[in-house]
Amino acid sequence: MFRALGKKKAKPDTINEDRGILVFENTTEVIRAESILKAEGWKIKVMGPPPEIRSGCDLVIEFPLIEELSITRKLSEINIKPTQVVPINSPLLEPVDLLLEKEYGKYLMVRAANMKITVDRATKMIVNVSGGGCPDVPYLAGEMVNRHLSNAPQPRDIGYTLCAYALQLAYDRVVEQCSV
Amino acid sequence: MFGIVGTVPEDEFPLISDAVVLEDDQIIFGNKRVAVNRGTPAMIAAAIKTLEHMDRPNPFCFLVGDIGSGEGSKRLYKYLADHLPDSSFKTLAFHYFQPDVGLFKKVVAAINKMPTRPTLVADAGFMYVAKMAGDAPFFDLFTPDAGELAYLADEKAPHPFYTRGFILHEENLIPDLIKRAYRHHNAASYLLVKGVEDFIASKKGIIETVDNPCEEILEPIGGTGDTLTGIVSALIASGMDIESASVKAARVNRLAGLNAKPTPATQVYDIIKQIPGALIEIL
Repeated sequence: MFRALGKKKAKPDTINEDRGILVFENTTEVIRAESILKAEGWKIKVMGPPPEIRSGCDLVIEFPLIEELSITRKLSEINIKPTQVVPINSPLLEPVDLLLEKEYGKYLMVRAANMKITVDRATKMIVNVSGGGCPDVPYLAGEMVNRHLSNAPQPRDIGYTLCAYALQLAYDRVVEQCSV
Repeated sequence: MFGIVGTVPEDEFPLISDAVVLEDDQIIFGNKRVAVNRGTPAMIAAAIKTLEHMDRPNPFCFLVGDIGSGEGSKRLYKYLADHLPDSSFKTLAFHYFQPDVGLFKKVVAAINKMPTRPTLVADAGFMYVAKMAGDAPFFDLFTPDAGELAYLADEKAPHPFYTRGFILHEENLIPDLIKRAYRHHNAASYLLVKGVEDFIASKKGIIETVDNPCEEILEPIGGTGDTLTGIVSALIASGMDIESASVKAARVNRLAGLNAKPTPATQVYDIIKQIPGALIEIL
């Protein structure tokens, strides 16, 4: 059976008027910006874009509006320039926060949204990646399968899409469960 | 004519519109070769195995290299928008693709200009963008897994990544999610939901379920959904109605999986090799 881990109740839609969103050209830039801003201690969250700027496979970064200048300056140091910086005026979508784990003997599979990763607990080798529909999924699978958890490339480093982001969540959980 | 549209996980792979050949674990387009592991190449390989059994020609494929940047997908969206109106496909199956609502709408407009509307199958990224764009009912068949069905059922989610937890949770029964997807007009005319038990449904409700043979270990194996989409699309392209094709494809995919004697580490080509035997037994 699956074990579900995460929040089960729908969250109320809320608008934080002191927060804004950074919009980027693509998900890769979002992931890079998230890594650097979190590492520097900013209180930011990766969220779904509001409908008026949604085009497809999108993520935005929610941030404290008051810190816009310092955040954009930090991002410019790594050559990332948001395409838009706008205040939040409608509820944002929360990324998936429900991870499911399933055991198959010595194998552990973790699912995050539409992405699944399976690892041999004994050897800590990634044996399969499944699910997803964005074009980096087969690429990520090719790069990660048959690699040890400790030296496999991570989706956040070589992926581009929301499927890659979901796979990163599943990967992080597998690493946690396998104590790598 | 049967067409397949999708992406190849190689950045440098050019845009190709051509007939294909399967040779062992590689698909050949002119002088280009692609390994069959998962994704659209696995779907094409499963379709070719099925078409061979049905004594039908190999599919015509529209493919482009894309490892997630979306650049290849954009080129192929534009190519399809320009060329589909002058083509005559009886069945078109859409697969791994970068979702882009604006460009997708142009492809839908191009399909509407075709002399005869083809039967339209969508899975993976193309199914995601069809729902995102509010055009799911334009398609004849979607082939989601349970997680993707939850996305179709969540009228607020623009991508599976945003499916709300109370819908995604396993306590939600598949039939309830199917009803919810149809209630909000986020499903194709037919759904083939792959899982421990496969469901074939329409807006009228569950048509049939397939749970035999049962091989639970298929779930972690990347590409088993791709093979199902390939088999069902090829059966439809061979003249079978969507309901029958869905039931038969579910059985064939399960049997091929079982006959591969899988472990969670099995790779999908080992299952594709079992498709001809499963077709003989099931059809």
